[in-house]
Amino acid sequence: MGNTKVLVGLASCGIAAGANKVFEKFNQIKENEHLQFELTKTGCIGMCYREPLVEIIDETGSYLYGEIDENKTIEIIEKHIKLGEPVKEYVVRTELFQNQDDSYWQGQVKIALRNCGVINPEVIDEYEMRGGYQAIKKIINNNTSPEQVIQTIIDSGLRGRGGGGFPTGMKWKFAASSKSDEKYIICNADEGDPGAFMDRSVLEGDPHAVLEGMSIAAYAIGATEGVIYCRAEYPLAIKRLNIALEQARQKGYLGKNIHGKEGWNFDIHVKEGAGAFVCGEETALMASVEGRRGMPRKRPPFPAVSGLWKKPTNINNVETFANVPYIILNGADSFNKYGTEKSKGTKVFALTGKIKRGGLVEVPMGISIKDIIFKLGGGIQNDKKFKAVQLGGPSGGCIPDYLADTPVDYESITATGAIMGSGGMVVMDESTCMVDMARFFLDFTQKESCGKCTFCRIGTKRMLEILTRITEGEGQEGDIERLEELAYQIKDSSLCGLGQTAPNPVLTTIKYFRHEYEAHIRDKKCPAHSCKKLITYTVDEDKCTGCTVCAKNCPVNAISGDRKQVHFINQDACIKCGVCFSKCKFDAIKLS
Amino acid sequence: MRVQRIDSSNIIADNQQEVDLKLLDPIIEKYKDKKGNTIPILQATQYLYGYIPAKAFQYISQKTNLKVSDMYGVATFYAQFRLKPVGKHIIKVCHGTACHVQGANAISDSILEALQIKDGETTPDGFYTVESVACLGCCSLAPVMMIDEDSYGKLTGKSAVNIIKEIKLKATN
Repeated sequence: MGNTKVLVGLASCGIAAGANKVFEKFNQIKENEHLQFELTKTGCIGMCYREPLVEIIDETGSYLYGEIDENKTIEIIEKHIKLGEPVKEYVVRTELFQNQDDSYWQGQVKIALRNCGVINPEVIDEYEMRGGYQAIKKIINNNTSPEQVIQTIIDSGLRGRGGGGFPTGMKWKFAASSKSDEKYIICNADEGDPGAFMDRSVLEGDPHAVLEGMSIAAYAIGATEGVIYCRAEYPLAIKRLNIALEQARQKGYLGKNIHGKEGWNFDIHVKEGAGAFVCGEETALMASVEGRRGMPRKRPPFPAVSGLWKKPTNINNVETFANVPYIILNGADSFNKYGTEKSKGTKVFALTGKIKRGGLVEVPMGISIKDIIFKLGGGIQNDKKFKAVQLGGPSGGCIPDYLADTPVDYESITATGAIMGSGGMVVMDESTCMVDMARFFLDFTQKESCGKCTFCRIGTKRMLEILTRITEGEGQEGDIERLEELAYQIKDSSLCGLGQTAPNPVLTTIKYFRHEYEAHIRDKKCPAHSCKKLITYTVDEDKCTGCTVCAKNCPVNAISGDRKQVHFINQDACIKCGVCFSKCKFDAIKLS
Repeated sequence: MRVQRIDSSNIIADNQQEVDLKLLDPIIEKYKDKKGNTIPILQATQYLYGYIPAKAFQYISQKTNLKVSDMYGVATFYAQFRLKPVGKHIIKVCHGTACHVQGANAISDSILEALQIKDGETTPDGFYTVESVACLGCCSLAPVMMIDEDSYGKLTGKSAVNIIKEIKLKATN
């Protein structure tokens, strides 16, 4: 037992699923019974659909337990820790025997997520034991020139992982060639895309990787100060970053004359966002750091020439920085051996929505969407029909099922009309209304528009009005054409990426699901049975047995009826959530 | 756009509140001479009072170089800042993409129906404020809501209502 190590996944998802209570239970029993095992916390293991996750490593190997609660904790301690007998039915992953979830891991290559779920993110020594800070030390000890560092990044083929896909090495080169006494490195940790949590996992699970990546960038371009702009909605990430910064400073990895190099000063501080999606755009982000409203500006001048406080600045995404130490330590080949010709390396995806196995996966570029959804993701929940996958958040688009063989790389995805984006992948089935999805995204971008450009400010509002009318049964002939006209005008006349890409979800859903729009407009019907104003749930009096299951599950008590009597749905109170429909075992709820 | 949130009821509600502005002094001292200090000062103010009182703008402006118009412009731009007092507990219902696809609308509707208020409002007894937010980052547990610092996932309309009822029950006992 003495060599047994217990790691509890304590990233935000784990905590939301109850992992804190599991950790407390392990701790409580350990203290009360004076047991001799190591108990520690770790970040996102990636298998989010099985949270809370606990990994136990003993002399025989490693066992990952899933969906653990306090009762299972007691059982695991009794059987596995005390008696050395793993509780097989709770194990979701191990090398010692096969599990039904093994295909979730096949094909995954963890580079950006190499330490997430393995180390305790609040202990710098654990990062260093896995090669952490060796990359920056290698550069200093070998006296590698900044130009050589930049060349390695160029050779690796690393492209911006925030969504832009701009070659990272080239970006560094531009900033390096600007002459200035002060230069800045900014890490964009705003991660505003709804449905994306890749950056959060890296920040919560391996913050030092980001700090080291930023230090290497600072060395390459000659920067003296670093800023991590982290959205305020990620309090745990901010906390772990600040702990990591303090530890790095104590070891002389940040501050003055760092890593023993006389004259090299570089420090980083965290700046919290305040809730604005547009601040993920680099010029708006810099305005926000400067304490102003986050409104984008024209480029040129590009940040590499005139950025934060008008000094040369290099901005990269969290995931981009996380890849840098790995590339420097292991060489450009270690990264560019994965991927396709133009999209090298791996990418982290947040697989969510109507998928059986949702979570964080890191795969080489070039894998097909079909493989991600059906091999890793296990297919659609309840074995329903796959309809579309949304890639790239509100700036992206919906890719329909018949294009599932599309490989995941920048150019192939862009060709479908969507964008790679930051990695959010939301899977939809036959019950998702594509017109409603378009409306949902427009609602988001409309609220988040900064208001500077007329077409973005007013155009998105008009598009939203049209889409809302359509989903409420008030669509008119010509609405689709109006949407398309507005979409292209907004794309053409917007200063920043928000406006330029806001119409994408509408354009891709019209392209691939025009028939759904037409059904809403001409027949006033929602084929997915989702739009509230176009559906009604009523009780079929012939089939109702009065079992009261529907009434018990109705969240707004809209169903009335005595036991063994036919029930009745009050249409004024009904919120069309569909729970009664899904719970009725007698097919007695009619959907029209 | 954020300008929708400016309305006179903000100011009226505020003038009726007694606010101890001296509590701002340590915050002002900390951030006074730092570059780009507007957002951190406003964030710290909101952390202190739960919202940003109208009088706080004047007070901070007098003690620093910041203009009231600049601060107000920033406070009304970013979604995080509240200009009206909020309830004791803030319920944030996630309406991110994954949660939307998994039925976030039903969760919001159920909660608002149970508390008899509209989105963004506070219950008459000042216990709960409910707001829709864009994404909490717990997408695998969709649909999700956060009450203060705690997250609750895999919700149904019924379970969400049960959770908020339980919290209210515990607090009143």
